[in-house]
Amino acid sequence: MSSAEPGLSVDDSIAAHAELPLWRSFVRWETALLVALVAALLFGSQTKQFMTATNFFYIGINIGEIAIMALPLTLIVISGEIDLSVASMLGLSSTLLGYLFRSGWPIGLAMVAVLVVGALGGALNGLLVTKVGLPSIAVTIGTLTLFRGLAEVILGAKSVTGFPASLVKIGVVPLPHTRIAYSIGIFCVLAIVVGVVLQATATGRSIYAIGLQSEAAHFAGIRVKRIKFRLYVVSGITCAFAGILWTFRFATSRYDAGTGLELNVVAIVLFGGVSIFGGRGTIVGVALAAAVMACLQQALTLRNVDGQVRNIVTGVLLLVSVVVPNIATALSRLKARAARRRRPVTVSFAP
Amino acid sequence: MNVLTAPVATQAGRGRRSADLLRARELGIVLVLAVVFGLTTIKNPGFASRASVRQLLSGASLVALLGVGQTLVVVTRNVDLSVGSVLGLSAYLVGKLFVSHPHVPIVAAFAAGIGVGLVVGAINGLITTATRVPSLVVTLAMLYIVRGVDARIVHGKQIDPTSIPRSYQSVGFRTVFGVVPWLTIIVMAVVLVVGYCMRTFRSGRDLYAIGSNPEAAALAGVPSGRRVFWAFVVSGGLAGLAGALFLSQFATVSAVAGVGYELNVIAAVVVGGVAIFGGSGTVYGAALGALLLNTINQALVAAKVSAFWNQAVAGALLLLAISFDRWLSLRLQRIESKRGERRVLR
Repeated sequence: MSSAEPGLSVDDSIAAHAELPLWRSFVRWETALLVALVAALLFGSQTKQFMTATNFFYIGINIGEIAIMALPLTLIVISGEIDLSVASMLGLSSTLLGYLFRSGWPIGLAMVAVLVVGALGGALNGLLVTKVGLPSIAVTIGTLTLFRGLAEVILGAKSVTGFPASLVKIGVVPLPHTRIAYSIGIFCVLAIVVGVVLQATATGRSIYAIGLQSEAAHFAGIRVKRIKFRLYVVSGITCAFAGILWTFRFATSRYDAGTGLELNVVAIVLFGGVSIFGGRGTIVGVALAAAVMACLQQALTLRNVDGQVRNIVTGVLLLVSVVVPNIATALSRLKARAARRRRPVTVSFAP
Repeated sequence: MNVLTAPVATQAGRGRRSADLLRARELGIVLVLAVVFGLTTIKNPGFASRASVRQLLSGASLVALLGVGQTLVVVTRNVDLSVGSVLGLSAYLVGKLFVSHPHVPIVAAFAAGIGVGLVVGAINGLITTATRVPSLVVTLAMLYIVRGVDARIVHGKQIDPTSIPRSYQSVGFRTVFGVVPWLTIIVMAVVLVVGYCMRTFRSGRDLYAIGSNPEAAALAGVPSGRRVFWAFVVSGGLAGLAGALFLSQFATVSAVAGVGYELNVIAAVVVGGVAIFGGSGTVYGAALGALLLNTINQALVAAKVSAFWNQAVAGALLLLAISFDRWLSLRLQRIESKRGERRVLR
């Protein structure tokens, strides 16, 4: 049985890399994102309130949880899989935190329990993908529904409020002596950790190897299934943690917390230059992508552009991010086809 | 996403036996459907009433229709996430058409809805095939763009039932024999026609070939790009039709019409036995999958299980369905390979 790789085959992408001229190695997607970020800031600064510390605090607070969830998803996508259940896990975690708190658990213990449930949810994804061998997109659409459903079962239409003020503060005040939101501070620490793991450890390099050629990685002695399983567990825990932050930011626990955010998270990861087929992408790219998206969204908000209409920007950025790098290859393919047409072709059907 | 999926059903249509297997797959869904329906009716006889059955059918119709288009696309190893947004845009634009021209003929209104979908489908197909960008990303982007355009047009307003002609609304609620809504009959007709085409015509068989093995299909001379393009166009067109039907069914359309449908549709398609990495599955299965999911949702309500359980059960069911499918295909593969050995020995 061969591994089913949709679309572009791995050989293609390796060949494409090998043929790159020297100057192309300086043209990185991250550079483009940096330019985009500067452009977004310039665009934003045309509105008076944009270049203020308060505004940047709000930009951060709005993207914090999404950016945090994008980190483990980056690893999963690089390994060639996907996790669509992230936002549902956020919702389940928020709901469970509220439920346990309402039932009289100390908030610290409730937070630990929520993280454990996050790990279990991630383990379920991981088991179904690695042990049962199901396509991750189908599995995580299933758990997307399941986790959100469990959240609905736990709290129903009710909501829980009254969390300790000292914790709720985390969601709405900046880190001491700065104007940086807590969630952004946490994101930065996590991003550095994940980035170092991905770039400088054997496990990190293995993730790329798995994404490029799962079977080759397996024969090279990489424990493909174990690593994938652990990535899902990490994703579950991280999303549960994001759920805790979300709960404190809104000081409310509701089953529909973060509904539909999964697509935003996926969009940021893909916009960050991570290949949906795995094996390519960096944390720096994803962090920059999150920054660009957040700044653009806020710039549009300040211009009174409606939230739904701002979706157009998300979509166009996503489309540009995948189409532009492919235009060169598409053109060379067309050229090759034209050349082939000019040449007489002899085909032999001998075995 | 390199998951090992090479179900036996991939060879659909090549041999009679594998065709039988496929039919068995749909039979399985029908059986589960019958069990769910039977058990719920025992618990609550009202479940088999005309009104209830009508609701089961009309509630599943739109997702089933979207599932037909999705099947065409998924069979070729692609995916169309933009269907929910297309439905929303098409529903609003058709509604707007009625607001500005109250006497538009119904057929023209439907054509307008389908047209909206065809345009978006063509864009999806063009970008996917011309630049060879993964369709998941392209259609995710289009999900956002189309929804954004929709919101821009809607601008916080909504279409009210008063501006929709009664005759148009009757498509959504008038029934045959008091049980089968016209809406469902339209969807069934689409399912049958597309199902026949996919089974009989060369272009339909090509879709399976592309999904089973893209390289082999290209070597065999299948015009993959053109086929995939048209699969997206049809999926878009059907999503547009679904938008027009949405308007006739609910007569109220705001900027959030159809939000989140895409995942429901994919769930229905997967439950219906369409392999998410292409090459196998039928539109009948997809439509039955939509009916099954809706029936289970309604059954929970009828069995007085709190409505809050709906999603959790739907999610668990989806996971069970794909796990069972995997188990079945592995088993069938083992049987097939054994048979093969025996044949070699003989």
